[in-house]
This record gives sequence, structure tokens and C-alpha cells, in this order.
Amino acid sequence: MTIPCAGIVPFEASLQKSGLAPFHARGIGTLQVNLGKKCNQSCKHCHVEAGPHRTETMDGETMDRVLSTLADSAIPVVDITGGAPELHPRYRQFAAACRGMGKTVITRCNLTVLLENGCEDLPKFFRARSLVVAASLPYFRKEETDAMRGAGTFEKSVEALKRLNAVGYGVEPEAELNLVYNPGGAFLPPPQAGLEALFREELLKKHGIRFNRLYTIANMPLARFLGYLNRSRNYQKYMQTLAGGFNSCAAENAMCRDMVSVGYDGTLYDCDFNQMLDLAVNHGAPSRIEHWDAQKLARREIVTGDHCYGCTAGAGSSCGGQTSEN
Amino acid sequence: MDTYYNPADLDKFGDMGKNAPELWKAFSQYYSKVFAEGALTEREKALIALAVAHAVQCPYCIDAYTKAALEKGSNREQMTEAVHVAVAIRGGASLVHGVQMRNTADGISF
Repeated sequence: MTIPCAGIVPFEASLQKSGLAPFHARGIGTLQVNLGKKCNQSCKHCHVEAGPHRTETMDGETMDRVLSTLADSAIPVVDITGGAPELHPRYRQFAAACRGMGKTVITRCNLTVLLENGCEDLPKFFRARSLVVAASLPYFRKEETDAMRGAGTFEKSVEALKRLNAVGYGVEPEAELNLVYNPGGAFLPPPQAGLEALFREELLKKHGIRFNRLYTIANMPLARFLGYLNRSRNYQKYMQTLAGGFNSCAAENAMCRDMVSVGYDGTLYDCDFNQMLDLAVNHGAPSRIEHWDAQKLARREIVTGDHCYGCTAGAGSSCGGQTSEN
Repeated sequence: MDTYYNPADLDKFGDMGKNAPELWKAFSQYYSKVFAEGALTEREKALIALAVAHAVQCPYCIDAYTKAALEKGSNREQMTEAVHVAVAIRGGASLVHGVQMRNTADGISF
């Protein structure tokens, strides 16, 4: 959970001052589906606290309900996440079923999972099903990447990116490979366009790797990253940076306004971050997949807290990267 | 403990506008323009600022521009090289004055 932070304006008050309260959704363009918390990595910034030891996983009944909800809805985009979603035993079946409905499917990939036993053919699977790959790569160098994600991660990530390039990702126009950057500590992400240019130049020059877009995402003051902030005595300063950087344009375009997130157990959330805080959808909208009500969910009031400053600081942050120019 | 440098004082920088608001306003506008993207990127400017911060040995500036350099996408290798640029110029500036020492010595020696 978040810890109250002295000396910052409550998020709700910032919304009110900007004329954005009460904070409502504008529709449901994306259903983000969390298949579970199991992951082959244990990254220092992970707001899911995912890792190899985690056992929480979406059961078959819940997955079938998610699929039938999608089949009955006009939601155009499915965003599959975890943990490492590829480690779910029905991952391929789920992704294929979503594609079969004509949905755009974004699959979030930590890259190193592609080198795990039984996962080596995933690049070909992604390509055959025309999935959009959103791959985590904290930096274009070993030092920063391994410091966040563990020793040896950078080299494995480079190998995985080469395998994705080899099947056309980042190279052919219909095979979209987007990279996701997180800061390597208690500071905000750089402007997206400039960093994308740096990544493009360095990855091509040193490793021959190509990609489509780079998304910059701020570290959220939750879970494992919150533990780091407290241990390193950076919590207060980090929250002040986030709150001080409140940008009403970024708030206006926050991802929660256009999406619903469903947890591994079928609970509905306004976003993946609320999911980790057990802050289910509220204010009269249904909070379970079996009670899905598209009308109510599309206009629901969003549950907010001070952690939401993580998405509204500076140029803004979302699962799709920066949300404003400033 | 009392100290001449207190990290919390950086947040009071704006207090310098209290008795000279026009000068503060002019300085703030100039400062913002200097660090905006121009012929140099914001990232390059943050690295220059980091090097200068070390040359003038300002702890506030070192704190601020270490964070700024990271937030503009620089890495420790680049930041360390920037500090070495400051070191080289400072060291070189001392060393080149050695010529003055030699000239003086030459002027009063056989």
C-alpha cells in the first residue's frame, strides 16, 4: 500500500484545482488483462512484486469469462500483462482467441522469458498471430539494465530482441515492436522522443537491433519500488517530485480514463496500479468480471489516490508511454 | 547540526526573489531559456551544467544536475566523462599558469 506523505497536496485536490474532479472514464478502449504474478525475473521497480516464487494465476473459469466479455463487447484493444504472461499455461490460447475476435492484442514481454525452456518459439507465435509486442528494456546499456533487472539480463534481452527482429518485429511494418523504459531509480523518465532517438542510435550501432517506438514509464511508488524508496530514504523527495510535477494535461489523458484492468482473480480495477493496491472499481460500477456492465464501466468515476501522481507528473506516464508534450 | 550547506535550502532558492523581484524574474526567465532545447539538446545542456557544477563546486548544483542528467536520459559513463572535462579544464587552468611561474622565475634568475 501507499504511505501518507506529509507536505504534498492530496491528488484529489490537484484534480479539483484543474477542474477534473470528479474524475470519470471516457470509454473503454482497452481491456488490460493480468494473467498472474509469476515471472522469471524479480525487478527492483516491479509494482506487481512479480517473481518466480509467485503462484497467483488466472484460472480457466475466469479466463473464459474474460473471453466471453470480450466477445460480447466492442473493446478494440486487449493488453496482456502479468508477471510474465507467457508463463501462463493458457497464454497462447488466450492471445489467439482475442486475435480471433479481431482485437488488437498487445503482449507485454520482459524479453528474457523468450529464452526460457518451452518459450523459444514465442517470437514466431507472436508473428503468426500479429501481436503487438511491448518489451521492457530499462536502458541501452548493461550497467543500468542489470542493476534494475538482475545480472545477465541485458545480454539475454539483446538476444531476445535479435530473435524478434529475425522474425520481422521492428523491421517489417506490420510487426510492431515497442520498447518500454523505466528510470533506474528515484527520478522521472526523460522526454520520450529524445530518449527514443538515443535508444535507436545505440541499439542499432552496438547490437544491430531495430524497434518501432520507445515508451517511457515512471516508476510507481508502490510495492517493490516503494520498499526501495523507503530503504533508500527517497520516498518523501520522490513524492514531492511527482506531486510538484502535476500536469493537468497528463491527468486529462491518463490511461485509466480509457481502460479497465482485470486482475488474475476476475476483479476489475481502474488500472494495473490500483490492482496492486486492492483498490477495485467503485462508485457504483461493477467490480467483478462476471458482473460486467459496459455502460456503467465506460462512465465510471475512477478511484484515485496519491500514487496517481506517478501517472500525471511531468510529461505523464502510462502503459503506452508519455501522455502529454509537457 | 548547523552547516553552511543544507540540502533543504535548495528549495528556498526562490526566496532570493523576495527583495529583488524584478531581478529574480529576469534571472528565472533567462535560466529557463538557457536550458530549453536549442542548438543543443536539453540532455547535452544538463551534462554541461553538471560539469560546471563540479568546476564551481556547488553542492546544490551537483545534486540538481545529477538528477537532471539522469532525467534527461544520460548514464553514469557520460556523467563521469563530463566531470572529467571539468577536472581537465580546472587542472589545465592551474598548469598553464605554470608558464607565468616560469616567466617570473626566468625574470629574476641568471
